Amino acid sequence: MKLTINAISVEVPEGTTILAAAAQAGIKIPTLCHLEGVQSIGACRVCLVEVEGAKTLVASCVMPVMEGMKVYTNTKRVREARRMVVEMLLSEHDGNCQTCNRNNDCELQSVAFDLGITDITYQGVKGRNEVDASTPALVRDNGKCIKCRRCVTVCTQVQAVGALFPQFRGFKTVIGPAFNSDLADVSCVQCGQCAAVCPVGAIVENSHIERVWAAIEHPSKTVVVQTAPAVRAALGECFGNPPGTLVTGKMVAALRRMGFDVIFDTNFTADLTIIEEGMELLKRLTTAVRDKQPVALPQFTSCSPGWIKFAETYYPEFIPNLSTCKSPQQMFGAIAKTYWAKKAGKDPKNVYVVSIMPCVAKKFEAQRPEMDDSGFVDIDAVLTTRELGRMIRQAGIDFNALPDEDYDRILGTSTGAADIFANTGGVMEAALRTAYEVITGRNLPFEELHVTPLAGLEGIKKAAMTITGTLPEYSFLEGVVLKVAVVHALGNAKRIIEEIKNGEIYHFVEVMTCPGGCIGGGGQPRLTDNEKRKKRIEAIYKEDEGKKLRKSHDNPKIKQIYGEFLNMPLGKTSHHLLHTEYIKRERV
Amino acid sequence: MSDVKTCACCGEVSEEQLLLQLDDVLAQNRSKEGALIPVLQIAQTMFGYLPKAALKKIALTLGKPYSEVAGVVGFYSFFSTMPRGKHLVRVCLGTACYVRGGKQVLESFRKHLGIDVGQTTEDRMFSLEVARCFGACGLAPAVMIDDDIHQRVKAARVGEIIDQYRKEKKPAKVKTQKKGGK
Ligand code: SF4
Ligand code: SF4
Ligand code: SF4
Repeated sequence: MKLTINAISVEVPEGTTILAAAAQAGIKIPTLCHLEGVQSIGACRVCLVEVEGAKTLVASCVMPVMEGMKVYTNTKRVREARRMVVEMLLSEHDGNCQTCNRNNDCELQSVAFDLGITDITYQGVKGRNEVDASTPALVRDNGKCIKCRRCVTVCTQVQAVGALFPQFRGFKTVIGPAFNSDLADVSCVQCGQCAAVCPVGAIVENSHIERVWAAIEHPSKTVVVQTAPAVRAALGECFGNPPGTLVTGKMVAALRRMGFDVIFDTNFTADLTIIEEGMELLKRLTTAVRDKQPVALPQFTSCSPGWIKFAETYYPEFIPNLSTCKSPQQMFGAIAKTYWAKKAGKDPKNVYVVSIMPCVAKKFEAQRPEMDDSGFVDIDAVLTTRELGRMIRQAGIDFNALPDEDYDRILGTSTGAADIFANTGGVMEAALRTAYEVITGRNLPFEELHVTPLAGLEGIKKAAMTITGTLPEYSFLEGVVLKVAVVHALGNAKRIIEEIKNGEIYHFVEVMTCPGGCIGGGGQPRLTDNEKRKKRIEAIYKEDEGKKLRKSHDNPKIKQIYGEFLNMPLGKTSHHLLHTEYIKRERV
Repeated sequence: MSDVKTCACCGEVSEEQLLLQLDDVLAQNRSKEGALIPVLQIAQTMFGYLPKAALKKIALTLGKPYSEVAGVVGFYSFFSTMPRGKHLVRVCLGTACYVRGGKQVLESFRKHLGIDVGQTTEDRMFSLEVARCFGACGLAPAVMIDDDIHQRVKAARVGEIIDQYRKEKKPAKVKTQKKGGK
């Protein structure tokens, strides 16, 4: 279809919205509620445009183009209407940019700036600012909410949770849990996807910045930091770098300059997870195929804490299917305060472990009461990628000018298999790289070891592999068709579970809570869209391919820790430190 | 169907029993499109209000998020999540009643009952609501308690009126009038 926008000719397929057509023509139409591919509801009225022949201005995010349409996005009428809409929002907005978590990273702030608003003509009644800090991961502030409903759509449709919905009516409307109760009183899984899409500071992570600075400044604490794989592919965005810029070395340098004593990599325990989780899968397969005994299959991955809480709440009958492996974050804490503390001659009491995560659910996970197998709280503080970005600024570090530096030794060594934990399909691929070799003694038969059918952003990905050429001890698996599935976003987890309930057979299923996996986590720089997801995934694969070692079992430090400390996968020490159990939760 | 037992002391059906009855209602409606509002209406008639336990059950059975069910309940003013008292007090704040002291009368009810508009006393005797005109403007300010209209109510006499209902005796001199006269 052909149309003109501001006299520029554009040709787009039928059904395209004016907003999308304008974007194609390089014209930016501001909006506060639209979320590409997720929500187009025309609620905020900021995207108004003038269409020749139409009496009123139209919301461009919901209006499909028509042949010969003449659209104007920058007339006086449009500018004034948009300005009025945003001034109204601001007049009811109970916020103060200087002290707001979203200062400099706020869509309302930047739309107001772009529209040239310098004065608010209307005197609105401010919303009630009731701050809900009831959960470990998130803080909600209704006074800042502009009722765009992005969080509602994401929580309900993408995540299949539905913890948030408009409550009450008229001026009293708030976007929140049932009857505006605390988030802790409903079955929110703490994924933080609401915070990732919120255009303003109405839902943000529960900040651990102050406690981390305090630990760094504490005279007798040794502060150990671990960085999750997905952080290195996104942190650069906090400093103006294009999405997909890898900043591993600069991140390590920044952490060192901020005063962290030891800089380690969650990748190390990601490799460890693969060994433990892979052996757990082989054990389940052995029980099922060789011993013909009942055993819970498929095995579900367990590294994503939002998914774990989701399963505990909505599908407790599948708890036996969850891998008992702790997530890499939690394995790291347990190892740092035992194996590493002893090796380094530190009293674990004085070891303070900080995680840098792309995730807010990790804040929830860290405070689960059972996560103290080291004899101490395994993880003391969790910072999101965004929080780390802010701390680097607070420290006055010129991030982009930093040299590349290396992780510290032992828990800083990892393989490419650990890097790909960051994206959907990655844990599965890493597990297959190891499991296939254990069973057959050969490399996974894929180019660059990438299991291509399981890569990419499709919501549910499946693959079947016939196992042949097994080593003698695994001959019972000869000819077995191994069926695996990979899902991301909890709505897709729900779909695959329904399939399984209807009799579909899988042996191993990877679930990541956030769309795209951790690279699209609730703690990543905003606003994550599919373009950014792809760029960050590309960066992660590049990091993987650039490593000399690509398979977890090849990590020399992993061999060392089994030799010196853990003894063997699924052994007694592993069981105590690296595995966990789950609880059934009430669904509200 | 579960046979319904009534409470021995007052002849009322207990909330637990009603929750069991709600199961039957849900069983009949669970697969229907747009069942939420009709089910909420039935539940409100059964319980006299919408207890949280019933709402959670409705949400779970109809496969809707609890937040959405709560949102719908909060959106329509005819749904109430507060148990209704034995007597419903509705103070008129229509224009005529308002200018002739309706507000003071309401204030007096709030004080005497110790509750706010939309609430119910702890002994579940009284619920307090605000109304807009019963058509008794000539004798404003008016208050409607259950089906009785009290006219020219004085704030100072509110205590007496309440006592009369507490003792379950209807006041002698009040003329009753059907809603919507004039
Ligand atoms: S949400 Fe945005 S506009 Fe509101 S106070 Fe925070 S930065 Fe300012
Ligand atoms: S954290 Fe996740 S589950 Fe909880 S309200 Fe936000 S989107 Fe919903
Ligand atoms: S909390 Fe944020 S995302 Fe949700 S409606 Fe309010 S402004 Fe929008």
